Amino acid sequence: MRYLPLTEADRRAMLAAIGVPSVDSLFRDVPEAAWLKKPIEGLPNHMGELEVDRALSAMAAKSVTAGSVPFFVGGGAYKHHVPSSVDHLIQRGEFMTSYTPYQPEITQGTLQYLFEFQTQVALITGMDVANASMYDGSTAAAEAVVMANRVTRRNKAVLSGNLHPMYRAVIETHAKLLDFEAVTGQIDPKGADDLIGKIDEATSCVVVQNPDFFGNLTDFTKLAEACQAKGALLIVAVTEIVSLGAVKSPGEMGADIVVAEGQSIGNALNFGGPYVGLFATKEKYVRQMPGRLAGQTVDATGRRGWVLTLSTREQHIRREKATSNICTNSGLCALAFTIHMSLLGEAGFTRLAELNHAAAVTLAGKLAGVKGVEVLTDSFFNEFTVRLSKPAAQVVEALAAKHILAGIPVSRLIPGHDDLLVIAATEVNTQADMDALAKGLSEVLS
Amino acid sequence: MSDWSKALSSFEGAAENMPTMTGNLGLQLEEPLIFEQGEDGRTGVDLPDVPKVESKLGGLARKGAIGLPGLSEPQVVRHYTRLSQKNYAIDAGLYPLGSCTMKHNPRLNEKMARLPGFSDVHPLQPVSTVQGALELIDTLAHWLKTLTGMPAVAMSPAAGAHGELCGMMAIRAAIEAKGERRTRVLVPESAHGTNPATAAACGYTVDPIPANERGRVDIEAFKAKLGPDVAAVMITNPNTCGLFESEIIEIAELIHSVGGYFYCDGANFNAIVGRVRPGDLGVDAMHINLHKTFSTPHGGGGPGAGPVVLSEALAKFVPVPYVVHGKGGYSVVESEGAAEDGFGRLKAFHGQMGMFVRALTYMMSHGADGLRQVANDAVLNANYILACLKDEMSPAFDGPCMHEALFDDTFLKGTGVTTLDFAKAMIDEGYHPMTMYFPLVVHGALLIEPTETESKEAIDQFIAVLAGLAKKAKQGDQAEWFKAAPRFTPRRRLDETAAARKPVLRWKPEEQSKDAAD
Repeated sequence: MRYLPLTEADRRAMLAAIGVPSVDSLFRDVPEAAWLKKPIEGLPNHMGELEVDRALSAMAAKSVTAGSVPFFVGGGAYKHHVPSSVDHLIQRGEFMTSYTPYQPEITQGTLQYLFEFQTQVALITGMDVANASMYDGSTAAAEAVVMANRVTRRNKAVLSGNLHPMYRAVIETHAKLLDFEAVTGQIDPKGADDLIGKIDEATSCVVVQNPDFFGNLTDFTKLAEACQAKGALLIVAVTEIVSLGAVKSPGEMGADIVVAEGQSIGNALNFGGPYVGLFATKEKYVRQMPGRLAGQTVDATGRRGWVLTLSTREQHIRREKATSNICTNSGLCALAFTIHMSLLGEAGFTRLAELNHAAAVTLAGKLAGVKGVEVLTDSFFNEFTVRLSKPAAQVVEALAAKHILAGIPVSRLIPGHDDLLVIAATEVNTQADMDALAKGLSEVLS
Repeated sequence: MSDWSKALSSFEGAAENMPTMTGNLGLQLEEPLIFEQGEDGRTGVDLPDVPKVESKLGGLARKGAIGLPGLSEPQVVRHYTRLSQKNYAIDAGLYPLGSCTMKHNPRLNEKMARLPGFSDVHPLQPVSTVQGALELIDTLAHWLKTLTGMPAVAMSPAAGAHGELCGMMAIRAAIEAKGERRTRVLVPESAHGTNPATAAACGYTVDPIPANERGRVDIEAFKAKLGPDVAAVMITNPNTCGLFESEIIEIAELIHSVGGYFYCDGANFNAIVGRVRPGDLGVDAMHINLHKTFSTPHGGGGPGAGPVVLSEALAKFVPVPYVVHGKGGYSVVESEGAAEDGFGRLKAFHGQMGMFVRALTYMMSHGADGLRQVANDAVLNANYILACLKDEMSPAFDGPCMHEALFDDTFLKGTGVTTLDFAKAMIDEGYHPMTMYFPLVVHGALLIEPTETESKEAIDQFIAVLAGLAKKAKQGDQAEWFKAAPRFTPRRRLDETAAARKPVLRWKPEEQSKDAAD
């Protein structure tokens, strides 16, 4: 029990100082009927470091890792190379084992990196301000809709059919419980949908994704104008933040709120979490924004410093009137994001995006030549959809058996569409990986 | 872009007060923002040349520059290392934030979380290729159910407050499944702010229950508020005064008798883990902040993880996805159609896997025997602090506390020293302050949580410092000395009012140059 420093002698001395005979008497407010007299049954007793390591390593070995096979799975989480210094730096105890920066004088490190993170997110998304991160992209999207309802005092959200199905589901869950309406557009792998026609006087927001779930890139400038004309907000979700190194930003298109998944920068796949939600908006909506914020100020001697600010929006002050119930962020994942982004800089971020795009273009070209494969997506960033001559779920299993993780069968997330497969390529994919996928597909489909 | 002298000029106004030219104080170094460093075209990564391909961006290529600075790898490493050195952390010393639980973060947890079989797997890989990851989730779920005595658990909530949302949604789904419409949720005044915010987020009106003079739910007031329109009562137990709600079983029976549900905020589960199973108290839903009870690091404010255990009555109202175990191994129920009683999805993917691995590592390291000792030692340490400081400071309530000791500011009365001043003086002595001004039911609250991973020596030192500061304050004429604290930190007291009045939430090149011109 190496984490517990008290010795039996310590415990005796402390009980004597308190003036009680045993630790049980400190639990005397607990109804005795509920006391467990001995350790809980059905669980093992403590293990040493070696034993735990052995047990968990054995469990981990039962999965196929992304780095060990040709890997093309995307759909809102992407395999990228993370520079070694990122994980090294976030593991510094002063960052990793620190709490929410409630005492600014001794948490300037956390506060400054959050301020840098906010600035990076605002710049990349083309927005005025960003918060200090959310749980992930999907929860950020739901919070954005709730915020839009609050800002517009309306209660109908129009969701693009091509929004990531899980993001849509999270928003719909909130709609059910918060009694607002969520209207979904058409699901169309080619990305054409008349959302403008769905905006009316009751619409609080339109939620779109760029690139969308199928990989399509769209210019939302006209949609933004249509939203503005009707007093609705345009929310743009970005599930692959690397795309913004190459693609016109949502801010430039006129978005009111941008939410994004920041996992791609600095963070591992982690089987779905923890990830880092990005949330950016226009200056005028700052006080309606959910989540933590770091702000610049001065100290008692006039020197520049940082504090958590605008907390009057938050649950610990406004309680049931708060902008959201959130009281935490993804601090450490935001740190990983900010370090990786600092390493990339303008040149690196642009180059990374170009490499991703080039990989996807190359792969799409290669797959277009495979019999039984039709590339459906015309304009895309690093992910695109193909139609297969056999059910995609079956093809993916067959390829997994050949140690190739080929992509996401659309039917896994959207019933129907059995022949569609969403394929992602990033800078980690080699020519050999792409050849293996093309060869594997041609074998399975023949 | 790079201009160190300009970056440092932000300290010029203060130069006359400073003992050095740069603002640096020995090893305590001033560090400009990354945006005030770097050169265009420089980068800290080596990426290959981009092969020539036909662009498929459909005319949406970005035109202008983003404005990110260019730094080399050594510059970035040094920058973030310097920032880290401006932070207090549990690795550096006692972090007695009550209600937040900062305990030792074992590095074995980190090592396990980075095993590629957990960290390098994609949530949408074929289920046949992620059996180890699903086994981990299922194993952790088993531990959580066993420790709490509850039959079901929802694993996906991303944090404690997210778990609250999940639990309250399950309650609402259960009520609606019965064809009922209930409107009120009872929440004690001393509750975490997330409780009322969550109830409101689920469409309920929040009805506060006052505390009694013993710092617990006033059961008569509670009874008076019960009715057929009450959906749930949300009670933190042990509560935010660090006390066990001794009438908890009666409270559970009462809420059940009107057809409502008992939501327990399990933020303080570390005080009772292995000693009491919430299921035996009549709880219907309780989130567990994995970082608090099971030591996943909190990284300057997150990430967290907030699985929710559910009673028999709520078990089928779980969100997707969830893991099921059958003959062919583990599988996942991930579409809503398959879970007809559930309320949908709370978050993309499976939950905070990285936190799950860390929590399970901690649980296995302690085992059933060790986790019981965790609760014992956490409670013993807190009571020791309460006993040793009862003469110098003023305990808010009589009797033993659970894992945290609550004081009010009576001992500072007439000294001119506030709770805030007292806390800032602790910083100069090398300690992170306790939680202040919370819970609100106590005037000038100081809530101290030592946790089970502090040694008696560390606690004795801490007690000596607090007792010393209390004595000093009571000498009289010390208000100025306290108000000047902290003196030895990278920054003195920061102006939070100015920050809120005119928010500056990001760096802007034009404002920096404007500042320089002024």
